[in-house]
Amino acid sequence: MQNPYLPYPVRIDQITVETEDKSLKTFKFVFINPDDEKRFAYKSGQFAELSVTGMGEIPIGIASSPTEKGFVKFTVFRTGKVTSYLHSMKQGEIMGIRGPLGNAFPWETLEGKNVVIIGGGFAFTTLRSSIITMLDPANRPKFKDIHVIYGARSPGMLLYKDELQAWAQRSDIHMNITVDGTDDPNWKFHKGFVPTITEKYAPPGNADTYAIVCGPPIMIKFTQPVLDNLGYSHDNIIMSLENRMKCGIGICGRCNIGKDLVCKDGPVFTLSQLNTMPKEY
Amino acid sequence: MNLIQIDAQSWAKGIEKLKAVYRTFGPKKEKNDLEFKELQAGELPELHFQNTRMSPKALVYPQTQAMFTYSLDESREDCRILKEVKRDEKPQAAIGIRPCDALAFKLVQRNFDSREYQDVYWINAYEATTLVGLACDHPCSTCFCTSAGTGPFGEEGLDVLLIQQNDTLYAKAITQKGESLIQAAGWKSAAAKDAAGNMDALKTKAESEISAFVETDKLKQKKIMEIYEAPFWEAETFSCINCGTCTFVCPTCWCFDIQDETHGKSGVRMRNWDTCMSPLFTIHASGHNPREHKYERVRQRFMHKLKYYVDKYNDGIQCVGCGRCIRSCPVNIDIRKICNKMNSFDPQSCSCEVASS
Ligand SMILES: Cc1cc2nc3c(=O)[nH]c(=O)nc-3n(C[C@H](O)[C@H](O)[C@H](O)COP(=O)(O)OP(=O)(O)OC[C@H]3O[C@@H](n4cnc5c(N)ncnc54)[C@H](O)[C@@H]3O)c2cc1C
Ligand code: SF4
Ligand code: FES
Repeated sequence: MQNPYLPYPVRIDQITVETEDKSLKTFKFVFINPDDEKRFAYKSGQFAELSVTGMGEIPIGIASSPTEKGFVKFTVFRTGKVTSYLHSMKQGEIMGIRGPLGNAFPWETLEGKNVVIIGGGFAFTTLRSSIITMLDPANRPKFKDIHVIYGARSPGMLLYKDELQAWAQRSDIHMNITVDGTDDPNWKFHKGFVPTITEKYAPPGNADTYAIVCGPPIMIKFTQPVLDNLGYSHDNIIMSLENRMKCGIGICGRCNIGKDLVCKDGPVFTLSQLNTMPKEY
Repeated sequence: MNLIQIDAQSWAKGIEKLKAVYRTFGPKKEKNDLEFKELQAGELPELHFQNTRMSPKALVYPQTQAMFTYSLDESREDCRILKEVKRDEKPQAAIGIRPCDALAFKLVQRNFDSREYQDVYWINAYEATTLVGLACDHPCSTCFCTSAGTGPFGEEGLDVLLIQQNDTLYAKAITQKGESLIQAAGWKSAAAKDAAGNMDALKTKAESEISAFVETDKLKQKKIMEIYEAPFWEAETFSCINCGTCTFVCPTCWCFDIQDETHGKSGVRMRNWDTCMSPLFTIHASGHNPREHKYERVRQRFMHKLKYYVDKYNDGIQCVGCGRCIRSCPVNIDIRKICNKMNSFDPQSCSCEVASS
């Protein structure tokens, strides 16, 4: 019997500081045993437990895309015990990852549809993964229009800046990048909060259009009525939750919302599903 | 199945024989209570008791358990690589476990051994365990097992059932594992012909002594949110001090925490029982807590056992009626009362709804 708590050993291959306040770093991992990469076959929207030996494990969304081979990437916000220690780690050090865990965004449903990605703050990680997946030449024909609305406090707080720039040049994806405010005269994207930008630039809702919304609670709270006004049905609004977790495999009992376990039945739920569940997130 | 009769002498002899094959556990005196402990040479399990203070779940699922070991010594090849802890593979036997506690293993098995994930620690320990039950001839006033899926002579989850009559024990093998244990103990005198009939009479008598019940028939048909939003939660759980005792004594509470414990340059990744009564259980790193208030945590405990589990597995409640939480709670919160409230709650007749319409 395989031990589901045993992480795959990985080496930190590269660390990128993402934001001007250095609170977010992207860690690129390479599997020490090459076969483990195949065992770790994942889909955009899933997460993993990052295991820092001696410190503990933390659930983190997978920021890389399955179309990117040879490594996996995670973007981590420095906040408590494990994340602070992880931020102090160096390239070449050994740690572990366990997964992939959770369901993914509903890719089968999304095929043939318009996809509107709405993200705020540092919850853009699995959204990055999704964009990379959909823009892969083998996948792009499977989707209709792709819209992205992504906001951060300031230009320096945006994740994946180079990629955002590159996507903004493309014609097969509609990028709406925004910041709460900036005095940078060269800023060429939007200014304003995500809900406002969504109201102005998101396509209207219909049966063929799905919105994936990930962000801080306040953003979600104000974006939802905007999507309602635009005619999005709650079946077509997809969200990803972040309850506190330990096992990540539905056994330790920590992350439940009603009868669903966020780690195993989620973290991705439609708003229709969430409407029938206690608001314990 | 044939009944075996065991007199006092062959009982003592048999238990000694078992100790050679199994790590043998049974109820032992601990201060004013009884607890399941390993029986040393010459020790017999206590057979005259109502129930142990703690449930015997720790035999399969220890309160604290090493999952992995690791070294943080940079000079070692395996620095930071987790290594599995060698598990004790010797079979173990629990002698004198109550039928309710045996059924509890079956309920938690659904959690630890699912189609998608197998918890190797729990499964290996459970498979290595033989459960020798002791029928209750005098159930306590807080026992409500007959309305929680079992009974004082309940057999589900047991490998052997022992029944006491005066100074004689009768043993009934229920599974192959149970047959093997009886053989290893060398118990083989067939009981007299009328013994089975006598046992049935004892069973009926014990069942009739159960005086507490829960009503569960309407739990399934209600919507989660209806019961969740019922107006009684705050008032009913007001006196709870969130001590967590109810979760630790419970045979069906299975939640745990995982922590790394380092001493110098080496350490262990441990798992420890945890409790949903603690605010730390759910607090996010941001400080936001989805179950910020005490009543929300108590509600979680009851909703989990009496509604979420019911909906998820469609096979009764996640409670076996042992009554420990009722006996141990310092403020007398009573699962029977809460269960009946949940079962009989009618959202249509809720006063707040009437007021708003
Ligand atoms: C599915 C999912 C995906 C996620 N994806 C990402 C992602 O892509 N990027 C990202 O940065 N984050 C992500 N998160 C959040 C991330 O998991 C948490 O930020 C991380 O677990 C925090 O770990 P920590 O050890 O640094 O904090 P901890 O030190 O565990 O602190 C957590 C909080 O718990 C409390 N606490 C814990 N232990 C104690 C104690 N002993 N005493 C008192 N208080 C205590 C404290 O209030 C503390 O602030 C995700 C979470 C989930 C569930
Ligand atoms: S034992 Fe009683 S007081 Fe303690 S947490 Fe449980 S219900 Fe609350
Ligand atoms: S994290 Fe353990 S059950 Fe979800």
